[in-house]
Amino acid sequence: MSATNARLKSRLGIALIAVALAVLPFVVGAGFGNSWVRIIDFALLYIMLALGLNIVVGFAGLLDLGYIAFYAVGAYLYALLSSPHLAQAFPALFAAAPGWPVWLVLPLGAGLAGLCGVLLGTPTLKLRGDYLAIVTLGFGEIIRIFLNNLNAPANITNGPQGINNIAAVHIGGHALNRPLELFGIVLPGVHLHYYFFLALTLLVIFVCVRLQDSRLGRAWVAIREDEVAARACGINTRNVKLLAFGLGATFGGVAGGLFASFQGFVSPESFGLLESIMVLCMVVLGGMGHIPGVILGAVLLALLPEALRWGAVPMQQSLFGKVLIDPESLRLLLFGVALVLVMRWRPEGLWPSALRRRELSTHAADGA
Amino acid sequence: MDIFIQQIINGLVLGSIYALVALGYTMVYGILGLINFAHGEVVMIGALTALTAIGLLLPAGLPGPMLVLAGLLIAIPVCMAVGFTVERIAYRPLRHAPRLAPLITAIGVSIVLQQLAMIGWGRNYHTFPALLPTAPHQFAGAAITDLQIIIVLTAAVLMAGLVWLVNRTRLGRAMRATAENPAVARLMGVDVDRVISFTFVLGSALAAVAGVMVAANYSIAHYAMGFMLGLKAFTAAVLGGIGNLGGAMLGGLLLGIIESLAAGYIGDLTGGFLGSHYKDVFAFFVLILVLVFRPSGLMGEKVAERA
Amino acid sequence: MNGQAANELLVASGISKRFGGVQALRDVSLALRRGEVCGLIGPNGAGKTSFFNVLTGLYSADQGQVIFDGQPLPLGVPHRIAGLGIARTFQNIRLFGAMSALENVMVGRHARLHSGVLGAVLRTAATRREEAQTEARAHDLLRYVGIDRLANHQATHLSYGDQRRLEIARALATEPKLLALDEPAAGMNATETAGLRALIEKLRADGLTVLLIEHDVKLVMGLCDRVAVLDYGEKIAEGIPELVRRDPRVISAYLGTELNDA
Ligand SMILES: Nc1ncnc2c1ncn2[C@@H]1O[C@H](COP(=O)(O)OP(=O)(O)OP(=O)(O)O)[C@@H](O)[C@H]1O
Ligand SMILES: [Mg+2]
Repeated sequence: MSATNARLKSRLGIALIAVALAVLPFVVGAGFGNSWVRIIDFALLYIMLALGLNIVVGFAGLLDLGYIAFYAVGAYLYALLSSPHLAQAFPALFAAAPGWPVWLVLPLGAGLAGLCGVLLGTPTLKLRGDYLAIVTLGFGEIIRIFLNNLNAPANITNGPQGINNIAAVHIGGHALNRPLELFGIVLPGVHLHYYFFLALTLLVIFVCVRLQDSRLGRAWVAIREDEVAARACGINTRNVKLLAFGLGATFGGVAGGLFASFQGFVSPESFGLLESIMVLCMVVLGGMGHIPGVILGAVLLALLPEALRWGAVPMQQSLFGKVLIDPESLRLLLFGVALVLVMRWRPEGLWPSALRRRELSTHAADGA
Repeated sequence: MDIFIQQIINGLVLGSIYALVALGYTMVYGILGLINFAHGEVVMIGALTALTAIGLLLPAGLPGPMLVLAGLLIAIPVCMAVGFTVERIAYRPLRHAPRLAPLITAIGVSIVLQQLAMIGWGRNYHTFPALLPTAPHQFAGAAITDLQIIIVLTAAVLMAGLVWLVNRTRLGRAMRATAENPAVARLMGVDVDRVISFTFVLGSALAAVAGVMVAANYSIAHYAMGFMLGLKAFTAAVLGGIGNLGGAMLGGLLLGIIESLAAGYIGDLTGGFLGSHYKDVFAFFVLILVLVFRPSGLMGEKVAERA
Repeated sequence: MNGQAANELLVASGISKRFGGVQALRDVSLALRRGEVCGLIGPNGAGKTSFFNVLTGLYSADQGQVIFDGQPLPLGVPHRIAGLGIARTFQNIRLFGAMSALENVMVGRHARLHSGVLGAVLRTAATRREEAQTEARAHDLLRYVGIDRLANHQATHLSYGDQRRLEIARALATEPKLLALDEPAAGMNATETAGLRALIEKLRADGLTVLLIEHDVKLVMGLCDRVAVLDYGEKIAEGIPELVRRDPRVISAYLGTELNDA
């Protein structure tokens, strides 16, 4: 009786969340304007990125400081395949933009990013964890340097200017950046992107949850907790780590492709070390290894710059008469401080996983 | 002019700077097993502090070398204080935390220092005044400036001093004991916390000097200059064998020379496809190659992780 | 192969291992018979744990080889050795701290399971069956070592004795033919030690071969069929407990220590 009751309740909860997610862009759009819907779209991309990094850092305990490079790989592949850039730079080779369909380009970007992950991981993952951190850091920088400079002698990336005129995703012949009228309701581009990103985000969440409670998920956590013991338990730690690294990179590649299509242009600037750090912050602040926590972290930090622009700038102006710290450095400063404080005072993050929370509370009860 | 000799000279100068910074990484790593990501930022703070101090003293009309010395004498204690504080408030509480925690903290500290520097010194590049004689001397078909000679000599003297300190003094012995086994060192009466603090302070002092050297050598300083430099110096430390002082010096010099030669010849080597703006890439490839083929570095000995 | 050899589960011959200036193991040979409980004793730093680390692949040996169940062990490759059937516990307990006791044991099943990424994501019938079996099996093992009531507790929060039991359950989950226990009684009180002894007796009765490092001489002498003694990395004696105890080399190696407590 009570079991069916509980099931009913959880079904009801899911239905409520579904309705809330479905109407969210309308509510936000009506209340704050469509630029906020755009911000939510970006938040969804960040959720995907953070969940991908969470597999690497949160589950497997491998500190990847160049994660954004995989995002860049996905983004640039999408950009090259969906913009006139190649046709302009190499008229002899390409008559027009390849213009392949999204269901081909996105997996391609994901696959390429995953491949990069495996290629980078193969030589480095057998090393101690802190070397991995520095190698990935270097890798992120290298990718950026190449993106910046591969405009000569052959113009592949168009250098610091980046690539623009990237086509939006087309679904059923309709470009997502153009409004669509459906049953008399006009859905602007940001709404369409919202639903598209939401669907993919849910897919990513689903995959993450499934992976987490699997043989593989347990092996990742085991490696994170004690690599020596994990090996003695029969886990091929190198392969399992490589899988985490490759899967994380794959998610990054998907998010990158979506980013390129949504923005319409990409440039190396979007893929610096600080972006990697920001994604790391999302994972750490939310709760390493805990999926809902990571989602929370991603949403919070995606909204932070807007909040700062909205709050910190006027506040400084009224207090000091001018803006002493621009929102961008304030944001970075907060990231840095957050990393330090969280590691010191709340290593399990804002929203720790149930097991840890239960243990923490039973301990509090024991202590009392 | 002989390009090869010239690049070797440039490489030695660059390498001396890398070596000084690499020593900071290697000492901390040897004792705590921590990659102190923030170390590169300490170098940057050294450079910018010296720059500000020199700017303030400029009206006094002191001769150039005196000004640089004054800048150094101010930058060194500032950096020492930064190193001390960072260890004290960020790393020390995490001495027994899981491995990932201090690494993440180190990243956080690095960002904080960089952003604070940005707020203090702004986003712009600052020109470091040419206070030391830069007239070139001819040497074996290449040019070398007084500044370059001063950099190499200063680095050599500092490194010799460090080796003396670590091998011949009580404090040095305590450092080595702590690196070997902190628990045993503590039992033998070593104040491990003090040794660790001292290590950070010492590394930061070297970083300050290196910062001034870089700024003087390139006549420029910038709030983000520490990042790449730190990455390369770390690579140098790994190349030499992390935890090994001699290794850090050798690794620094080698990396500097490799980088200079590569930057000088990459255009020819790739038929013009890659230019010298890829020079930052080499350090990274060196790092990967070393980690793959000789993770213990040139001078480090193989150690099995205790099971 | 003659009957004697078929009766031997493991034959280690000429194992040497050096760390810098320390010769941790020098030409150590040891054979284990199927179904026996063999003790490995020796003063601190004698090389007992190093020997375990070589057997389980965590250290590679400088010299020597090990034949296990008729085939050479891939020394230095721990996960394959675990797959072949050697499981161990650690002197300084190494559990997966953030996981529950149950999950710790489930990790031990890793090498015996097959589902990969696709199976996990699609949760195929085979994966579901495997997961259900794994969980049931883990509960059985927790019950076997007597801590099933703690299945959902986080490993780090178990008592010391229970952590040792959990480590044994996790090792058993790999379906070992040889179980190597590194000082399982260290830090246990008398009641816990008695419980541990009963558990090892039960393992022996169930046909498992056990290699046991232990400083508790009473436990070793009472429990083991045979005892080998290491001192400064060399094997100085081997045989039934009564004889080993009277061996003059063993007595001098242990001079002034707790050997006569037994
Ligand atoms: N990874 C390692 N690196 C360096 N030396 C090591 C390592 N592992 C073991 N040793 C050394 O090898 C020797 C044997 O150590 P081992 O741990 O095998 O002894 P043990 O017999 O298990 O001692 P205990 O009874 O104290 O556990 C010791 O001198 C130890 O310091
Ligand atoms: Mg031992």
